Amino acid sequence: MSHDPAGSHDHPHPRQPDIEDGPLTHHMALTEAVAALLQKKGVITGEELRRTLEDIDSRSPADGARVVARAWVDPAYRERLLEDVNTAAAELGIDTGNIPIRAVESTDTVHQLVVCTLCSCYPRMLIGLPPDWYKARAYRSRAVREPRAVLREFGLTLPDHVEVRVHDSTADMRYLVLPRRPGGTQGWSEERLAAIVTRDCMVGTAVPVATGG
Amino acid sequence: MPRRHHDMGGLPAGPVATDEHAHAPWEKKVDAILRLLSGKGIMTVDELRRGIEEIGPDAYDRLSYYERWITSISNNLLEKRVIGVSELGEAMQEAQIRHAQAVGSQSQ
Amino acid sequence: MPDQPRFDPGSTVRVKSLTPPGHVRTPWFTRGKNGVVVQLLGTFGNPEDLAYGGNGEPRRPLYRVSFRQSALWPDYDGAETDTLVADIYEHWLEPEG
Repeated sequence: MSHDPAGSHDHPHPRQPDIEDGPLTHHMALTEAVAALLQKKGVITGEELRRTLEDIDSRSPADGARVVARAWVDPAYRERLLEDVNTAAAELGIDTGNIPIRAVESTDTVHQLVVCTLCSCYPRMLIGLPPDWYKARAYRSRAVREPRAVLREFGLTLPDHVEVRVHDSTADMRYLVLPRRPGGTQGWSEERLAAIVTRDCMVGTAVPVATGG
Repeated sequence: MPRRHHDMGGLPAGPVATDEHAHAPWEKKVDAILRLLSGKGIMTVDELRRGIEEIGPDAYDRLSYYERWITSISNNLLEKRVIGVSELGEAMQEAQIRHAQAVGSQSQ
Repeated sequence: MPDQPRFDPGSTVRVKSLTPPGHVRTPWFTRGKNGVVVQLLGTFGNPEDLAYGGNGEPRRPLYRVSFRQSALWPDYDGAETDTLVADIYEHWLEPEG
């Protein structure tokens, strides 16, 4: 399963120096220094830091995709997911921590889109760290005021009879889009369904498409 | 008080740039530090955000995402006296020396 | 014992039009706007206190509030049915009068 569902890693971010070879920037040195001091003072341990880094690396959109695929094939699970994502994810063995995640369901008549205009809140405990564009000014500014134009930039043009419902994650909730199951997927296994649920489908900037053999 | 800089919903902006970079190890380390500090009740995510909002419009736009985070984290830790200013400076210098040695030994 | 939440789902509310300095989780673009309470999400620590070293008490009711896009932006050019939902703490809401 690809961990790069957007398929857009062809161009490395130009602002991202290679930490192994380049000079240590001020902020990299600050990071190393804070980590070292916190360990020296016993505030955190090296083991805790290592385990937390492993946990960060272990989270990816694949977990969210499993949850979505289960909701597509199991109506009772879908109900539980819409009630409480954290509990529903735990049923599949995914520990999403204690920040509440809510699912919002896209249908034939409503398309759900998630943004955080004030910072970059994101259901990272279920689908991993957010992409750069989610944290950048253009998306945060424009997704609330001209969502249809933003969606068109992602290649998604929605008809006027579909309500676009934007969720600004302003507080203690994180939002996961439960996308609409596309036609032409009758009889598909959960694994096959999960493979078409990309990260962007769970943010609302894309919709799943029935592709592949 | 006018609208604050980070509160940008609805402002005009250019097209969404969808190119992405993979997170560097130091960026994940910043994320991990915040998670640990938050989990231990030493600083809250709200304090992280406040610190980011207070770095000023110029720095907010100039710094990358995790540069803003570590700026806020270190300022919060200084304010809470979890760490001190000069020991932080010394630890930064030590980090630079360790890095130079690592790069030097790599190129030999 | 905290007070009962003040608003029921379906209530029309107005976001307070306040402009304090400091850490706030009520987006600028919602202030002074009318919306409808969709759901009470529970009570949560007050971010305006948590951001300054406080413990967030007393906890505040938090609501999902739905706004018509055309009410937020006079020049909105999407569908009339388009909406925006934001999570707003009770102390930033007043009954729409």
